[in-house]
Amino acid sequence: MAYEPAGAPDYFDIDELLTDEHKLIRQTMRDFVKREISPYIEQWAQEAHFPSEIVKKFGEVGAFGPTIPAEYGGGGLDYISYGIIMQEIERGDSGMRSTASVQGSLVMYPIYKYGSEEQRNKYLPKLASGEWLGCFGLTEPDFGSNPGGMVTNIKDMGDHYLLNGAKMWISNSPECQVAVVWAKNEEGRIKGLIVERGMEGFSTPEIHNKWSLRASTTGELVFDNVKVPKENLLPNIDGLKGPLGCLDSARYGISWGAIGAAIDCYQSALKYSLERIQFDKPIGAFQLTQKKLAEMLTEITKAQLLAWRLGTLMNEGKATTQQISMAKRNNVDMALHIAREARQIHGGMGITGEYPIMRHMMNLESVITYEGTHDIHLLITGADITGIQAFK
Amino acid sequence: MKILVCISNVPDTTAKINFTADNKSFDKNGVQYVINPWDEYALTRAIELKEAKGGTVTVLNVGEADTEPNIRKALAIGADDAIRVNAYPKDSFFVAQQIAAIAKENSYDIILMGKESIDYNGFQVHNMVGELLGIPSVTPAFKLDLLDDTTARLEREIEGGKEIVEVKLPFVASAQQPMSEPRIPNMRGIMTARTKPLKVVEPVGAEAKTSIAAYSKPEKKGGVKMIDPENAGELITLLRNEAKVL
Repeated sequence: MAYEPAGAPDYFDIDELLTDEHKLIRQTMRDFVKREISPYIEQWAQEAHFPSEIVKKFGEVGAFGPTIPAEYGGGGLDYISYGIIMQEIERGDSGMRSTASVQGSLVMYPIYKYGSEEQRNKYLPKLASGEWLGCFGLTEPDFGSNPGGMVTNIKDMGDHYLLNGAKMWISNSPECQVAVVWAKNEEGRIKGLIVERGMEGFSTPEIHNKWSLRASTTGELVFDNVKVPKENLLPNIDGLKGPLGCLDSARYGISWGAIGAAIDCYQSALKYSLERIQFDKPIGAFQLTQKKLAEMLTEITKAQLLAWRLGTLMNEGKATTQQISMAKRNNVDMALHIAREARQIHGGMGITGEYPIMRHMMNLESVITYEGTHDIHLLITGADITGIQAFK
Repeated sequence: MKILVCISNVPDTTAKINFTADNKSFDKNGVQYVINPWDEYALTRAIELKEAKGGTVTVLNVGEADTEPNIRKALAIGADDAIRVNAYPKDSFFVAQQIAAIAKENSYDIILMGKESIDYNGFQVHNMVGELLGIPSVTPAFKLDLLDDTTARLEREIEGGKEIVEVKLPFVASAQQPMSEPRIPNMRGIMTARTKPLKVVEPVGAEAKTSIAAYSKPEKKGGVKMIDPENAGELITLLRNEAKVL
C-alpha cells in the first residue's frame, strides 16, 4: 500500500511530538496558504509581482511575530509554532515566507528585544497587524559575509544622529514603512536604529530582474545625510551581536521553512511519478525514480527531526548560534537537492510554471545564500569543532 | 443574544474511508478529523451576528474527548465557550436529544447547525431538535438576518427557487452555503482559545433509535469498453445483453 499521508509526510510520527495547538496552527496556516497564496503564486512569480495586500492578510492571520507577547500585538506562541508557520508559508512560496520572517525575526524581534518600551509600543502593534511593513538593513554592497566591516555610519549631532551609507539585498525594502538599520558610530561600534519612510535623504530603490524570490520585493536602502531622532536608537544593544541575534531567530525559521518547500516538491514528484506512464507503467515503478523519492523522504524526515529538536531548544532558551547554523544549512541544502531531483522526475513538465518545482528551486538558490551562506555556516561548525575560525 | 452552534467532528473530505474487519465500525486509523464543513457556515454566521448585535456564541459537540481539538478550533475562530457532551454520537435521534437537553437548560435565542454532517448525511438533527423543543426549525437556510431583537429572516432553497421565511426567536436553523464565508482562525484566537471555558457534561439517558448492522463500500466502477465506430451494432448488443439497460 502506498504511503499517502493526508497533509504532509510524517514518516517518523513526529506529529506525536506536537501539541494539539501546534497541529491547529499548522492546519490554520495550511488553509491560509491554500486560500491566499497557492491560487495566485505562479502568476505573481511569473510577473515578478509582490502582492502588497498579502501584508495585511499575514497580519490578520498572525504570521508576523508569533513569538512576540500578545500585549505588543504578537501571538505569544512558542518557537515550534513559529517554525510551523514558516514551514506552511514556504510550502506556498519561499518569497512569501521571506516577507513574513523578515517582519517577525528581523524587525519585530530586535525592536522587542533591544528596544525601549516606547519603541515597542509605537512600532510592534502596527508591524504585527500588517499596517506597516518593515525591513532589516545589515548587508552592504561590499560587506555580506563580513558584516562587521560595514561602512554605513552615524554621527552624533547633539539632538539627532546623522546617518550615511547604503544597504543591499534588503527583502521588503521597496515597500517598507520602517527599517531596522545597523550602522557604526564614531567609535566604530555597531548600533541599531529605526529609520522611518519619509525621513529626508532616505530612499529604497528596488532591485529588478531577480530569477529568484520573484513574488517578494527586494531593494536597497540609501541614506544620504538622514537625520534620525535620538529616540530611534535601539538602546539595549551594542555591537555585532545585535544583528546576529536577529539572524539566529530568522535562520531558525528558515530551517523549518525549507522543509515546506521540500515537502511541496516531494509531494508533487510522488504524484507525478504515479501518474506518468512510460514503457506501459508509472515511472514510479522504476528503481531510479524510487531511489530519488526514497532519498527525498529520508532527507525530509531527518530535517523534520532536526527542526523539531532545535525548536525545543529554542523554547528552553538553550539553542546555540552554531546549532542554528547547522540546521539552516542542512535543511536548505536538503530542500534545494529535493527540488532538483523533483525536477528530474517531472521531466519537461518540471520546467514549466504548471508545476511549482522550478519556482521553489530558484527561490532556494537565494535561501541558500541569504542569512549566512551555505559555506559560511559550514565554517561556523568548523570553527566550533576546532576552535579555529577559517573565515577571517 | 445567545446563540448555540452545534458542531460535528467528521473525517476530512480527502480521508480514505475504511471499515474494521467485521464491517461494523468505521476505521479511524490514520483519519484526520475536521469540523463538519456545513457547521462552519453556521459557526461563522453566528459569530458575525454576535459581532454586529452583541451576545454570546456557545459551541456544542456530542462526542468523546478526541473531538476537543476541533472544539478548540471553533473557540479560536471566535466562539465564547463550549460544551462537550461526553458520548459517542450513536445516531441522529441520540444527538438531537443531547442538544435539546442542553438547550432546555440554557434558553438560547438561536440554535444553528449545518444542514447535515458530511459523514452520515442524515439531515435530521435540526428538525428533531426543533420538535423536541417545540420551536420552529428552518432548514436548510443559505441566508440568515435579524430583522430586530425578536424576528429573523431566512432564505432557504426550494425546488426551482427560494423561499423567504420570517420566524420569531427562539428557533432552530440549519446552514448551507453561502450563509457565510467560513473563517480561518488567527494566531491570537488560537492563543486565547486556550483559556476559554470548555465544559464537559455527561449525556442524558437517551437511547439511540438505530444501530449499524454493517457498512459496505460502493462497488468499484467497471472498466470502459471501447467499440469500433464501424461496429456500432455491437454496442446495442452489449447494452442489451451485458449491461441490460435496453
